[in-house]
Amino acid sequence: MELRFIVQLAIIGFTFFMLINASALLVLAERKIMGFMQQRYGPYLVGPHGLLQPLADILKLLMKEELRPKGADKWLFTLAPILSVTAAFAAFATVPWGAETTFFGLLDEPVSLGAADVNVGVLVIFAITSMGVYGIVLAGWSSNSKYSLMGGLRASAQMISYELSYATALAAVILLAGSLSLREVVDSQAGSWFGFIPSWYVFLQPVGFIIYMIAGVAETNRAPFDFPEAEQELVAGYNTEYSSVRFALFPQAEYINMTTMSAVATDLYLGGWHGVPFLTELGLGWLVFLAKVGAILFTYIWVRWTLPRYRYDQLMQFGWKWLFPAAVINLVVTAGLVLYFNA
Amino acid sequence: MPETLVFWALSGMAILASALVIGQRNPMYSVLMLIASFGALAGLYIQLDAPFVAVAQIIIYAGAIMVLFLFVVMLLNAPQEDAAEWDRSHPLRQRGVMRFGALLALLLVIQLTWALLQANGADLPVGARGNPEALGSVRTLGRILFTEYVFAFEATSILILVAMLGAVVLARREGDR
Repeated sequence: MELRFIVQLAIIGFTFFMLINASALLVLAERKIMGFMQQRYGPYLVGPHGLLQPLADILKLLMKEELRPKGADKWLFTLAPILSVTAAFAAFATVPWGAETTFFGLLDEPVSLGAADVNVGVLVIFAITSMGVYGIVLAGWSSNSKYSLMGGLRASAQMISYELSYATALAAVILLAGSLSLREVVDSQAGSWFGFIPSWYVFLQPVGFIIYMIAGVAETNRAPFDFPEAEQELVAGYNTEYSSVRFALFPQAEYINMTTMSAVATDLYLGGWHGVPFLTELGLGWLVFLAKVGAILFTYIWVRWTLPRYRYDQLMQFGWKWLFPAAVINLVVTAGLVLYFNA
Repeated sequence: MPETLVFWALSGMAILASALVIGQRNPMYSVLMLIASFGALAGLYIQLDAPFVAVAQIIIYAGAIMVLFLFVVMLLNAPQEDAAEWDRSHPLRQRGVMRFGALLALLLVIQLTWALLQANGADLPVGARGNPEALGSVRTLGRILFTEYVFAFEATSILILVAMLGAVVLARREGDR
């Protein structure tokens, strides 16, 4: 019992540690991949191949003076970045990232890899990410600057619009799996069809997967949907007035949100830690999970440096007139098929 | 014992936050206090073994509806509540209107007291009869909503739809296409 508790704590600590590292590595990966796509080197001076660049960036930000505009709302200005990053970390709490394991016989009973196992896990993640909007919106409002305010307004409108399609796409997978627990959704994707196609929901839900990915990009405010911080229009959007650590928390929250989005996509559509049978048997399925999350994150960065930003009205048109109807049709068709085949 | 402590902490937070919603002069803080109150309510639902209701409360009220509230407050960007409401000549400050308001408030207090006196432990909702654990499950909740309470459910959704259409019609000015 005692040992189990310690192991559980260690898993939670490890999840937290990995998330922090993910945000630091993504900063580097983003700049490296951008450099590669633009036929440049990217950062390469600090450490081997520029590996220590994120550390240098963070140190630089820590040394900067913390500024607060005179007209800013004191409490909310401080609260906003904290809220952003807390929501980002908390959202990952119910994401399972590996099969249940005894750590090669160390424990008597298997323990689940992931910070917490909740039977309405999918909804908890969704609820906490929807809380993340407040960080951005409050940052925009409390700065008392017109660019920040515009950024905050855009963020709230955009996230509300795309949350609908996102949730509707999720619902279709939940219908297929018949469970709201992410672990059960993943385990229902074990095995394969005809012996060679892995039975992942991405093959049953191709439309849903695409909708999920598009809405995910919009939810994390990434290009081509980065309107809350469109630098050509709004200086830097909602974080214009921020500096130092408070500023650093916003990109960190964004990168952690990206990681969560990719991890949830892996769990829901790509079979989580299933797919490479011999690794799963060795109890190293979480390596497969990491590889899949990495692939999705790469796609995120790839999309950012390939596509130009939309126009704001195009974003709203696309969200409400194409994406949401497509998500609803996908859900209705899935529900019909599930009913037909289960009956 | 710890459960009781958590209960009192959460309900105290809910009541305090709700009181602060009307106590604030800055509408932005009112909205935030309302969110805090919803959060405390969600915690109470979890204590009642109804995690689905708790999460739905957060997603729908704190996550969607309050963001819209915040959006409107930001769009109007009113630092203080409208000063005209404190003006004696304001239509809402007329004696007849205020008497009517007081009457409605009294009615609500009577209703609430009556409802609280009526309710007791044995009076659980339908799905929980005989099986209190099933109350929180999504399956039970969905089944009850679409069988026993289907009329209320559909009537509510039509009501919301009508309100939405009404808002669109009202917001669209003459001459707009």
